[in-house]
This record gives sequence, structure tokens and C-alpha cells, in this order.
Amino acid sequence: MGINFLYPEYEVIRNMDKCINCRVCERQCANEVHTYDEERKIMCSDDALCVNCHRCVSLCPTRALKIVKSDHTFKENANWSNRAITEIYKQSESGGVLLSSMGNPKDYPVYFDKILINASQVTNPSIDPLREPMETKVFLGSKPKKIERDKDGNLINNLSAGIELAMPIMFSAMSYGSISYNAHESLARAAKEVGILYNTGEGGLHKDFYQYGSNTIVQVASGRFGVHKDYLEAGAAIEIKMGQGAKPGIGGHLPGAKIVGDISKTRMVPKGSDAISPAPHHDIYSIEDLRQLVYSLKEATDYKKPVIVKIAAVHNVAAIASGIARSGADIIAIDGFRGGTGAAPTRIRDNVGIPIELALASVDQRLRDEGIRDNVSIVIGGSIRNSGDIIKAVALGADAVYIGTAALIALGCHLCRSCHTGKCNWGIATQRPELVKRLNPNVGYKRLVNLVRAWNHEIKEMMGGMGINSIESLKGNRLMLRGVGLNEKELQILGIKHAGE
Amino acid sequence: MLREGEIRIPSGCAISGIFSKSGKRISGEAIIKSIATMHDRSNGLGGGFAAYGIYPEYKDYYAFHIFYDGNISKRECEEFLERHFDIINLSKIPTRKTQGITDVPLIWRYFVTPLSTKLSDSQLDEKEFVARCVMKINTKIDGAYVFSSGKNMGVFKAVGYPEDVGEFYRLSEYEGYCWTAHGRYPTNTPGWWGGAHPFALLDYSVVHNGEISSYDANRRTIEMYGYKCTLQTDTEAITYIIDYLNRRIGLNLEEISSVVAAPFWQVIDRMPKEEKEKHTYLRNAFPSLLITGPFSILVGFDGGMMALNDRLKLRSMVVGEKDDMVYIASEECAIRVIEQNLDKVWSPQGGEAVIVTLNGGAK
Ligand code: SF4
Ligand code: SF4
Repeated sequence: MGINFLYPEYEVIRNMDKCINCRVCERQCANEVHTYDEERKIMCSDDALCVNCHRCVSLCPTRALKIVKSDHTFKENANWSNRAITEIYKQSESGGVLLSSMGNPKDYPVYFDKILINASQVTNPSIDPLREPMETKVFLGSKPKKIERDKDGNLINNLSAGIELAMPIMFSAMSYGSISYNAHESLARAAKEVGILYNTGEGGLHKDFYQYGSNTIVQVASGRFGVHKDYLEAGAAIEIKMGQGAKPGIGGHLPGAKIVGDISKTRMVPKGSDAISPAPHHDIYSIEDLRQLVYSLKEATDYKKPVIVKIAAVHNVAAIASGIARSGADIIAIDGFRGGTGAAPTRIRDNVGIPIELALASVDQRLRDEGIRDNVSIVIGGSIRNSGDIIKAVALGADAVYIGTAALIALGCHLCRSCHTGKCNWGIATQRPELVKRLNPNVGYKRLVNLVRAWNHEIKEMMGGMGINSIESLKGNRLMLRGVGLNEKELQILGIKHAGE
Repeated sequence: MLREGEIRIPSGCAISGIFSKSGKRISGEAIIKSIATMHDRSNGLGGGFAAYGIYPEYKDYYAFHIFYDGNISKRECEEFLERHFDIINLSKIPTRKTQGITDVPLIWRYFVTPLSTKLSDSQLDEKEFVARCVMKINTKIDGAYVFSSGKNMGVFKAVGYPEDVGEFYRLSEYEGYCWTAHGRYPTNTPGWWGGAHPFALLDYSVVHNGEISSYDANRRTIEMYGYKCTLQTDTEAITYIIDYLNRRIGLNLEEISSVVAAPFWQVIDRMPKEEKEKHTYLRNAFPSLLITGPFSILVGFDGGMMALNDRLKLRSMVVGEKDDMVYIASEECAIRVIEQNLDKVWSPQGGEAVIVTLNGGAK
């Protein structure tokens, strides 16, 4: 203790009048916050261990528990915040890099919240989605530059392999290993049920999930874990992961302790040895190398699978995207700096990358300026929080969005940002069997289905309000957006007008 | 006040079209009478006509109709024309002083053909060369605006009620096999004549009633293919889409209507296999050229006319036939006033293209 003692950030408040000593909280908390004091016959808690995941709160039968932010504080200081001070204590003790999980929580502008959506009045009727068809189906992939006809003059289908989605939403890459088997099963089944895709992440594809192949994106990342021919052929699309919004420029590290059982098999990494994804792909040091990998993967799969290249939103994202659009890739996925992660160095998560709204707007515009927007579809993520964000993203120019954190929240995640500890009380970011089984895939998949269907309804309502009855006509339709409280430069980058203009 | 082009102005409208399948040339009187019947659908802030087959003596030359703000822009534009084209004939377009037509710009007509050296240097096909020259004048020469650039056809438009515009341009003195007309109801003052309709590029002319909700998606896409939407009107964007899909991509008009007013997926799913594949292909390959929101359009082209409604039919449009004549208008009264005894009258479905061509065919 002494100099290293940090007063807990959150306090567990137990209403002793309500507590019946059932010890549910004790059994539920993998962080071992709650203990039963046999002598005093009461429940006690060690606030210092609590990560504020609300598992105990949600399961306490008498609603005796709540977690509150501690009002304990250092002397007020606008520069040296509590967080800044405590991080120094931690690092001067450990000598290590600080680790965090989930997306950047800091107070940077959220541009989605400064953009408003249009609706029709008088000159153009709104459309009622309950009475008229309202279409949200999208095709991802490159578009042909010319048509071809057979000898009778009929059009020949000269489209290259693409993806068909019932709505412009996909589940973003989360590896088996970073999240549990049950979480993966929930995602796969939900994707199948609603006609969208989920993404294996870099951890390979468990043999049980090959049956969901037509709703699966298989990822090829710098560690190449779990990549083999059957794997590539199993999916509906292949994603090359160049970067991730939460940690642009660095790789990944799944500690040997987590390389157990099926995970070791699926990743093709020996049990107990660390799975390290290098920061770059060591066969891609430049754009022409990327082109080679894109075509190697296409060759390996007979040109039947579209290739997605996923990058983190960084400063010169538009130029990078323009290179990718000429690399033979069919889809570019861009992950914003708020994108989630199972574990990332805190400093990188909180300081590297740019907001996805600006990245998207500049990429879409750049590809149009160069006349190559039709070469690729654009998928964005990090972070999409609701259907309003999706409408705005599509109107800025996205073909579809990836949702990761939102999907986990649907599965019960309470955003405690402690995934890197591997003790997720909700059975998501953990491999401990007693925790994993808390997430019932029968319930989980249904909740995901509910979420995306609900969002799709809302998307249709908002499209109808704008007098648009097909999502194609919303894509890149920036006139449907207005900014509030944005400066000239921001409006210029977003390519939208200010409200009132 | 901002000119049209600097801001986007939504409009309601009336449209009318007359077509003789036998190629019989009729004067502009009938179309004026027809559009005048729908006076209440315009508000005096824009009217215009497109006529096909009116310049048989010059049918091999591009007829440029140009508005000038003054002599300086005229001189600059004519220098440009001389550098790029052989000018066969030039004259003021004859007009008549008409009440309600004011702020008249200089209005000139040129019959031109591209200079062969310039054309071969450009390595473009002839139509593309002409289209680019038109676009260059309209974006680069201040105060000059080419509002008609096809062969054996012409557009006549102004700020005013359409019947006054017809009178002003003395359209009863022209004869064509196809006429389209437009009366405009903009919600804002357009500020100049360029914003009136029809909008035309090469042989294509479009009159349109509606306000499309897909405008910016369409505009940003078509601009990627080299078009410049200087007027910010729906009609301009629609014209470019049709030009692009027809002349540059090579889709026929029926296929184009399946792109811009695509059948709903639920309809496509019920189609026979081949139809289904065709429509799925077209929607997949050209998604950003789908047009949503209310519209009814009449597209004039060399030897034909196409009428098309949006996929939900949110704007009225009626077709009437009598012998070799086809009449299409926003309201039936606008047809009845010029032809009492129709053989057939019907309302096309949303997304159902009505295409008429000269007997013996057009493209
Ligand atoms: S870590 Fe979660 S379960 Fe444990 S005490 Fe805190 S909120 Fe409750
Ligand atoms: S997945 Fe689990 S550990 Fe990670 S933030 Fe959500 S609840 Fe916490």
C-alpha cells in the first residue's frame, strides 16, 4: 500500500436493509469483490477490485446493490486530472505499458452528434415504410466500368464477386480468443438469420462455425493465425487486416495463458505459447506488396471471394484508400479511432488515429475526385452507436457499417473496459468456461437479431422521412445532412452545409 | 440574390409532349396550347420547349443556342467557338416583344461542326468532344451559357409563363415531329434564364416535374464521370445520367429506366429467371444512378421520346394516342385541349417507361 495505494474509482454500495445474504454477487463476480463475513453474517466488498461491470447489480434479487463513482478526489486540478496522476503511480510501480480495452473513452468531438438529418416537407412527399416498400439491401464490391452483351444483345453479368447484405450492417472483426465461443456462435447465427455477415477476426474459424460460411468474413491478419485453404474458402469474403482503429500501427498479443484447447487448434498456435501479431504484415511493406497479397488470395479462391482491406483511420487515410482502391481490393474497411479492442496500449488507444466521420468524408470525396469510387465499396466502423449514426455514415458516403461494440453491448457487455483481464463477467471477453456459459447463444443471437432489425426499422423510417425509398439513393447524398456547431473547415471536410443554410 | 446554380431551388411543374410517329412536322402552336392549359401548375418563373426536326436544312450540324449576359461574354465565347468549330451559320434567335418576358439576355444560334484537326487532336469521339466544349463554355466563360447543343433540334426557354415563352420565341413558325414543354413552379426566384427547362445536352432534352430525393447521390456520382452540375437542378442531373448511360455506357432506354426507376426487389424476386438476373445486375452495377422521390420526365432524343414516372408514381402523367400521334402530359386536360377524340388514354405505372420512336425506328 503506501504510495501505491489508489483509492478505488468506483464504490460498491450495498443497501443492508435489502441484502438477504444470498451470496449471488459473490458467485457472480469473477473479480472477487464480494465476500461473506461468516462472523458478522453480512456481505462485504472490496471496492478496489471492482471494474463496474454491473453483473452483481443486474443479478441481485433484492436490488440491494449499486455502483457509484467515488467522490474521493485529489485536489482539483484542471491539468493534473485524477487519471493523469493515478496512471503515473501505476507506471512508476510497474515500469510497464498501460493496457486498456474497448474504444477511446476520451472527450474528443463526436461528429455524428454534430450532424442532423433532413426530412421532406411539401415540395416532396415523405414515404410511409409501413405502406410502401422501403429497401435497405446493399451489394458490396467493385462495379463494372462497361457493360458486355452476348451475341443476342443480352447483358452479360460481368460483376466481380461481391457481398449481398439485407441491410447495410455487418458485425466487425472480433477473434475467437478475444471473445468467447458463445459470443462467436451468437454473432454467426444472428448474421445468418438476418442476412448479413460477421467477421472471424484474426483468430481463425472454429470448425463448428464452418456451417455459417456464407455469412462469414474470414480475416487474414499479420500473424496469419488459422489461415489455410479451407478457411479462405469457407467464408463469403476475405478481409486483410492492415490496421485497427483502437491501435493503429501496432500488432496484437494474445498471451499464452489464453491459448488453450480449441483456441490453440483454431489459431494453429501451440498451447500455451503467445500468439503475437506483428505490427506490419512482414510481406507488405508497401502498396504494391498489398496488391500481391490481394491477388494471391483471389487466386487461392478462384476469384470467387471479394477481398476487403481494413485500415485504421489515420491522418493520410484518403491517400492510402486511393492506393487500396487501385490494388484490386473490392472493399475498403476503415476503422475510426473510437473503435473497440480486446486489449490495446492505453496511450495508443487514446491518442492515435482520427475520427471516422472525417476519415470517411475525405476518403469518399478523394475516390470520387480521382474517378475510382466505383472500384470499391466503403465500410466504416468505430464507432457506430445507433441507426442515426448509420444514416449519417451512409449519407456521407459509406456503403455499409461495421458494428462491434454495439453488438457486444447487445450481448450483455456493460462497457467496463476490462476485457484485457480475461475475466469478463458477462461471458464475452473471456475463455473461462464458468464465465463463458453465462452467455447463452440462444438468447444472445436473438438479442443481436432484435438489435439490427430494430435499427433497420429506424433506418427505413428516417429514409421514408427524407422521401428516399432505397438506400442506394442515400449513399453519398450529403445534401441530406447539416452540421451544427461546426467550423468552416470541419464542414468543408465533411462536405456538408451548416444547419440553416 | 444568388443565381440558380449557386443555390439549389426545388420546383413543382407541368410537362407536356407531342410526338408524330410518322415524322409529320407540326408547328409549335399545339404544344403552346397544351401547356397553357396547365397554367396553374407554373408560377411565371420559368417555361420552355424542346423541338425535334426543326432544322432539316442544317441537320448535319450541331445547333448551339446560347444566352449571353452581354457583348463581352459573347465575344469570348465566339472566340472559343471559332477555335474549336467550323461555324456554318450564326444569327440572333428571332423573338417577339412579349408582355411578361423581361430581362432578356442576348440569344444567339450557331450551326457548327467540330474542326477536324481539333477533334483528332482531342482523341475523343465527336459527341464527347462537343459535350466537353459545351461544358467548358458553361463553366469557364462567365456570362455565356449554351442551353441547346443537338442536331436538328432546339431548346427555347425563358423566365415567364410557358405560353408567353412560346409567343416570345415565335414557335408557331417552327415545325417539328416532336415537341416537349415545361412550365415551372420554383419555390425561389431562379434569377436567370439558364435555370428554366428543358435542360439539354447534345440531342437529349429533358423536361421534368418533381423533386428528387436522391439528388446529391446522383450528382456526386455523375460528376465523377466528368459532368458538371452547374445549375443544381434535378433536370440537369437526370439529363447527364441519361446521356451517360445511353451514349457512354451503351444501355438502351428500357434498361436505363430499369436503372433510374428500378423495380422494387419484391417485384424483381417474382420475375422469371432471366428478367430477374437482368434487373438484379442493373441495380447492382449502377446503384448510385437510381432516382428516388417524385418525378415524371419526358426525354426527347434523336427520333424518339421517352416518358417515365418515379417508381412509386408520385407525380401524375397521362398518355393519349390518336392515329400516329402520341400525347403525354401531367394532366389529361392538356391532351384533350388539342385532341378531343383520342383512340386510347392511360396512365403508365410507376417505373414503366413509355418509349415512342419514329416509324422505321430511332436508336
Ligand atoms: S466487478 Fe462487476 S460483479 Fe464484481 S462487484 Fe463490480 S460490478 Fe459487481
Ligand atoms: S466485453 Fe466484458 S469485459 Fe469487455 S467491456 Fe464488455 S463487459 Fe467488460
